[in-house]
Amino acid sequence: MIEAGHFMAFLALGASLAQMVFGLKGDRRWAGMAAIAGFGVMALSFLTLVHAFAVSDFSVLLVAQNSHTLKPMLYKVAGTWGNHEGSMALWALVTLGFGAAAAALMKTGRETFEARALGVQGLLAAGAMAYLLFASSPYLRLDPAPFQGAGLNPLLQDPALSFHPPMLYLGYVGYSFVFALAAAGMMEGRIDRVWAKEARRWSLAAFVPLTFGIALGSYWAYYELGWGGWWFWDPVENASLMPWLIGAALLHSVIVTEKRENFAAWTALLAVVAFLFSIMGAFLVRSGVLTSVHAFAVDPKRGTILLFGLMAYGILALGLFAWRGPGLKGAKPWLMVSREGALMANNVVLVVAALTVLLGTLFPLMAEATGRTMSVGEPYFRLTFVPILALLLVLLPVAQNWAWGKADVKQWTRWAIAGGVLVAVFAVLGVGVWKISLGAALGIALGVWLIGGALWELKRRAVTLKRVFSVSPRVWGMTLAHIGIGLFIIGAVVETTARYETTVALAEGASGKAAGWTLTLDDVGSIEGPNWYADKAVLTAVKGGTKTVLEPMKRYYPAARMPTTETAIFKTGTGDLYAALGEQRVVDGQTRWVFRVYFNPLIDLVYAGVLLIGLGGFLSLVKVKR
Amino acid sequence: MHLPHSHSRAGRSIRAAMRARTRRLYTFAIAAVLLLAAAGLAFVALRQNADLFYTPRVLAEKGLPKAGREVKVGGWVEPGSLTYSDDGATMVFTVIDNSDSNIRVAFTGIAPDLFREGQGVVAIGEFQPDGSFVARQILAKHDENYQPRELRPEAAGG
Repeated sequence: MIEAGHFMAFLALGASLAQMVFGLKGDRRWAGMAAIAGFGVMALSFLTLVHAFAVSDFSVLLVAQNSHTLKPMLYKVAGTWGNHEGSMALWALVTLGFGAAAAALMKTGRETFEARALGVQGLLAAGAMAYLLFASSPYLRLDPAPFQGAGLNPLLQDPALSFHPPMLYLGYVGYSFVFALAAAGMMEGRIDRVWAKEARRWSLAAFVPLTFGIALGSYWAYYELGWGGWWFWDPVENASLMPWLIGAALLHSVIVTEKRENFAAWTALLAVVAFLFSIMGAFLVRSGVLTSVHAFAVDPKRGTILLFGLMAYGILALGLFAWRGPGLKGAKPWLMVSREGALMANNVVLVVAALTVLLGTLFPLMAEATGRTMSVGEPYFRLTFVPILALLLVLLPVAQNWAWGKADVKQWTRWAIAGGVLVAVFAVLGVGVWKISLGAALGIALGVWLIGGALWELKRRAVTLKRVFSVSPRVWGMTLAHIGIGLFIIGAVVETTARYETTVALAEGASGKAAGWTLTLDDVGSIEGPNWYADKAVLTAVKGGTKTVLEPMKRYYPAARMPTTETAIFKTGTGDLYAALGEQRVVDGQTRWVFRVYFNPLIDLVYAGVLLIGLGGFLSLVKVKR
Repeated sequence: MHLPHSHSRAGRSIRAAMRARTRRLYTFAIAAVLLLAAAGLAFVALRQNADLFYTPRVLAEKGLPKAGREVKVGGWVEPGSLTYSDDGATMVFTVIDNSDSNIRVAFTGIAPDLFREGQGVVAIGEFQPDGSFVARQILAKHDENYQPRELRPEAAGG
């Protein structure tokens, strides 16, 4: 079986090389066929891997290293990409998949351009396939086959984390085709309206899954790690945030190219950089230069190859840009105070924000190289990333109704008054009534400002309230995404500033207080799962008339010799009551269990906001038939 | 010689060119100001992030760091030193190295899975004026098969 898969992977490499040659020669038809054929054989090849995992074929080295017969089926299947080689196979498959989808869906009426885009995509696919086959092959046999596998990292045995990598890869790799479009457009010297229409669609096709992928990863970290937080500024998290920020900048810049044929060179550059950041994310995660739960098989040689690939693609694309970029001129004149100016500000801020994240992520690595240790964490990002983005978001509602070319800003006094009133109201409410810091109160005001601004803009576009449902899905997409940012900010600000956390140690039958709740430890028992056993606590939580039972667990996975935390979460409507079980402690001769208890107010808004951003992106993809 | 004025074609194109030039100037100025501001913020933020690592020996030689400065403390957990306070919510233990001095560390929370007396430990937190240490986060060596999740930076923050 696996040999057939191995053989088909070679066929896929051949097909992507053919796609590259036909494409760069300008043969749209054959490049498209090669793309579809390549994806077809690679899909079959990937299925042989999935099959080996599903039936626990331990004569396959990768399965023996990463699976176990006692694992539930979902995690056997998801285990295919829960390791380095398998995830690279997924990466290659998705690269080929985007080529095939593009071959089937692209309709610009420009044969040579489409062929060249497919050709560049073929080059990227061939690179991924060659890396897979020659530097990290998942198709190797193990002889003699062991009776049992080593198991999957138990932290990854979780439904959210089964779908997190495929989603994230759809996003990362989606930018490969945006990259290909930019390269083809630059070869032709035509980055215009037609190009931008196509590029915008594929940018959204990458941005939406990337958004959902990041949200899934964050949600997993929230309930599985037991630390009560949803974003830790971990280098691996940052690695996915950077392409997201560049991708968000691209989504806004490509609109200017589509509507006005301006920003052509800049849009092409962003399209290239978004993919380079995606590969850099893969490099950071896969090379083992970072210490993280995501860094599975650590192999510096592979890191070096990925780094060289990154550099080769970078030199190729930036060289193309240096050659063709200066020829790409804007078509229409514009003033600073115009929609172009506003979107330019958006882009500058998003790119600078991505650069501060890059600096914060790479600095500890550079410091380590000079022999010093340095940890860059939340305080750094709170001081750099947050104010920079806040600046952009304050301007968003004001500037989003500016006209192309030259905006009429007579209304600015109204906006200033509205903003001033909002700030005053929330400052008084926050400091006086809610007893939170002024910064937090202003953060909430910013969220409300964004939501109000988005609704205002929707009404303006629809002209009358009755017509809001007949505006294009694209306007709705923008509205939802901007509302999503507002909700996210309110949730993030409230959750980070008003989160309550405490530690209690309870004997069985005893009660303690946390976050206004009375917690009674009824019982701690042992239970067993398919490939784990656990201590499970039964906590009754009472507050006023509300009563609930929390059952946090501490699981132990013998195959991996590793414990994990299974938190218990009760949604109160205004936030999550969250409990994690710790170790046993003997205090004054009495056995007690220690619990970390959190109350995370409005945390659902954080996720709702991000989901709305993704949903907005999805709506923007919907094409309206006229 | 006739100067181009605004209605003439030449006048318009000159004005458009000037407009383009001032716009580019503005663009670069805004981008430069933002980048400088970001660089400044990053510089300030990074200066606060340089890790200071204290073992009991270093503490004895250098004395206490500035009050409120977050530092790391490392060494071994002295066997038999682990006690609990706050009804068991806080663990208090002594960190030793091969010098004569030691550091009392207090931590409120769940101990990492491989926290043991006699084992190596790293605590992140602040020294108190009396020389004791209040940890915000404790790192311990984990199973050798996997990267320690406790080594994620800012694990307790976020």
